Amino acid sequence: MHELPQQLANGLILGAMYGLIAIGYTMVYGIVQLINFAHGEIFMVGGFGALTVFLALPAGFSLLAAIPLMIIGGVIVSVLVATAAERFAYRPLRNAPRLAPLITAIGLSLALQQAVWKWYPDAKKDRSFPQFDGSPFHILGANIQRGDLFILIAAPVCMIALGFYVTKTRTGRGMQATAQDPDTAKLMGINTDRIIVMAFAIGAAFAAVAAVGYGLHNGQVGFRMGFIMGLKAFTAAVLGGIGNIYGAMLGGIVLGLAESLAVGYIGNIPSMELFGGGAWKDVWAFVLLIVVLLVRPQGLLGERVADRA
Amino acid sequence: MRHRSLLILTTVLTTGALTLTACGSRDKGGDGGSDKKQTVVIGVDAPLTGDLSALGLGIKNSADLAAQTANKQNLVPGVEFKTQPLDDQAQPSVGQQNATKFIGDKTVVGVVGPLNSSVSQSMQKPLNDAGLTQISPANTGTELTQGDGWKTGNKVRPYKTFFRTATTDQVQGAFAAKYLFNNAKVDSVYLIDDQKTYGAGLAASFKDTFTKLGGKIVGSDHINPDDRDFNAIVAKVKNTGAKALYYGGEYPAAGPLSQQLKDSGTNIPLMGGDGIYSSDFIKLNKKAAGDLATSVGKPVEQLDSAKSFIANYKAAGYKDAYEAYGGGTYDATWAIIQAVKDVVTANSGKLPSGDLRAKVLDAVGKVKFDGVTGPVSFDQYGDTTNTMMTAYKVTDGAWKPELSEAYKP
Repeated sequence: MHELPQQLANGLILGAMYGLIAIGYTMVYGIVQLINFAHGEIFMVGGFGALTVFLALPAGFSLLAAIPLMIIGGVIVSVLVATAAERFAYRPLRNAPRLAPLITAIGLSLALQQAVWKWYPDAKKDRSFPQFDGSPFHILGANIQRGDLFILIAAPVCMIALGFYVTKTRTGRGMQATAQDPDTAKLMGINTDRIIVMAFAIGAAFAAVAAVGYGLHNGQVGFRMGFIMGLKAFTAAVLGGIGNIYGAMLGGIVLGLAESLAVGYIGNIPSMELFGGGAWKDVWAFVLLIVVLLVRPQGLLGERVADRA
Repeated sequence: MRHRSLLILTTVLTTGALTLTACGSRDKGGDGGSDKKQTVVIGVDAPLTGDLSALGLGIKNSADLAAQTANKQNLVPGVEFKTQPLDDQAQPSVGQQNATKFIGDKTVVGVVGPLNSSVSQSMQKPLNDAGLTQISPANTGTELTQGDGWKTGNKVRPYKTFFRTATTDQVQGAFAAKYLFNNAKVDSVYLIDDQKTYGAGLAASFKDTFTKLGGKIVGSDHINPDDRDFNAIVAKVKNTGAKALYYGGEYPAAGPLSQQLKDSGTNIPLMGGDGIYSSDFIKLNKKAAGDLATSVGKPVEQLDSAKSFIANYKAAGYKDAYEAYGGGTYDATWAIIQAVKDVVTANSGKLPSGDLRAKVLDAVGKVKFDGVTGPVSFDQYGDTTNTMMTAYKVTDGAWKPELSEAYKP
């Protein structure tokens, strides 16, 4: 059987997950120029929120019916944590030097990991997450697991909704205005504090959706899962052009495909056997990032100020 | 300035007071004689947090159980055994800090642990310099006892303080290869490891024996143990038509790897070493049925010598299972306790006042007793003389023993 369609599908699924998380980095950066390194942990708590909802449901509840409830549970937890972080950790530092909130974000990320580790029951090791039973679908020569359909549907739906929200609604246009010039936006009567909270909340909600996808895909959630995923999503956001929401999704998908194809094919190139395989895929992902940034320092789609939100 | 001198004064006073009280209590202990017991501490180093904590907590509890049992039996009159567990988070740097802590605490006579060979590598030297006995229930890295030259037959013991109740990767990998080729009739294998000391060593020794037997390694790869998505590698494995996947590594990555393998429609078993022989492997992997693992010793449940261990473990009410290394840990701890007993007996029933660590080290090399996992004693490298291995298979959601055999090279 040919391997290429399967590797493309794997990359697409992984990339859609990176993209959804990357939205959070990109929106917050676009508006307050803060790299919220705690975002990976916002993603992680979303996964635990969804798991909690599932465990609270009566046994025998169908997973398909549980998914919307799990999304709601995950989104509520993620948004609460993210807005609390904005209110108590970042807002007091808004006028402080740029490095202060950055360090705060790293500290917050560690604190959230340890909090889940300490207080979530049995979270000291990975916890198993519900998965769909049944055989995978065969689409164009690739096997797609039933659970992976979730992320493949959720990612475009979320992107379309976000695009509509940012360009068509009053708050969305307020976001664009705040991104372009916070002071003028404030003078025009936009409540910038509220806009900033909205940016954190939307990013968190997307991260929670991605966390449900991650759980269904890997069958487990753990308190450390946010670190690597957060790092990759941040890379995706930079790759696509940080501050640009479509760039975040594109960057995620390019990164996911690059990783998948690196595992599949780099090792087949003569004299490159040692550089292929799973251990080197992250190296190739970052090589790609550097090459793109050398050619296009602003990222694939660029930080287009007008769309920055 | 006045503040600073005040601070120094306070510090000096406090330190002095503490030293005095310490002296005082020691004097009292000496006076009390028979009714006041002297405390002997056995350090325990294992990952108590993080994704390997299932195995680590089993080690901590089993060591504690050995100390409790010795106290209950009043095995060494006048001596109260205590364990001091420290968390190494499966990280070499933390393990080394813990080793330093144990060395600094003069009541520690020996250390049980750690779980990971890579952590052991960073603990061996400081413990050796301090002459503090270390017995690992789980380290299988061959070079830990036989030096880097073991592959060429040039065996040199690098650290005289290091012992283990686990067998080496060399024995385990070879046993797995034999089982897979001779008993499970698999002749082509895809090989994956996680690049850690344990995983890479195991995979290398498996490959050696498997190719010698006439089996074929159809492909090999390395993964990052923190990853959970292996679909890209799985697609490669599928393409090679391998009949089994051998994984050198531990269950947190092995669980999803095995499941994704089967999800892709490749119905071949994943086989690993004692690092995947954990109930968590099955919990994290909905399609574990048919997967294989090897572990050291006979299944604890089958040994008469282990029945009281299992019963006592249950009775003590520990929250976590004893897991793969419970029996080995109990034996490792007991070896130190036995050594303390021998030292006390040789010193006419009293704990010697000086160089206790050196005497315990000397005695550990000579201990001989029937432990949970079978007869316990150490050879000239500090390796266990017990080379019994068992292959397990996941059947009906649990590890079931398939074959037990004493391994002969």
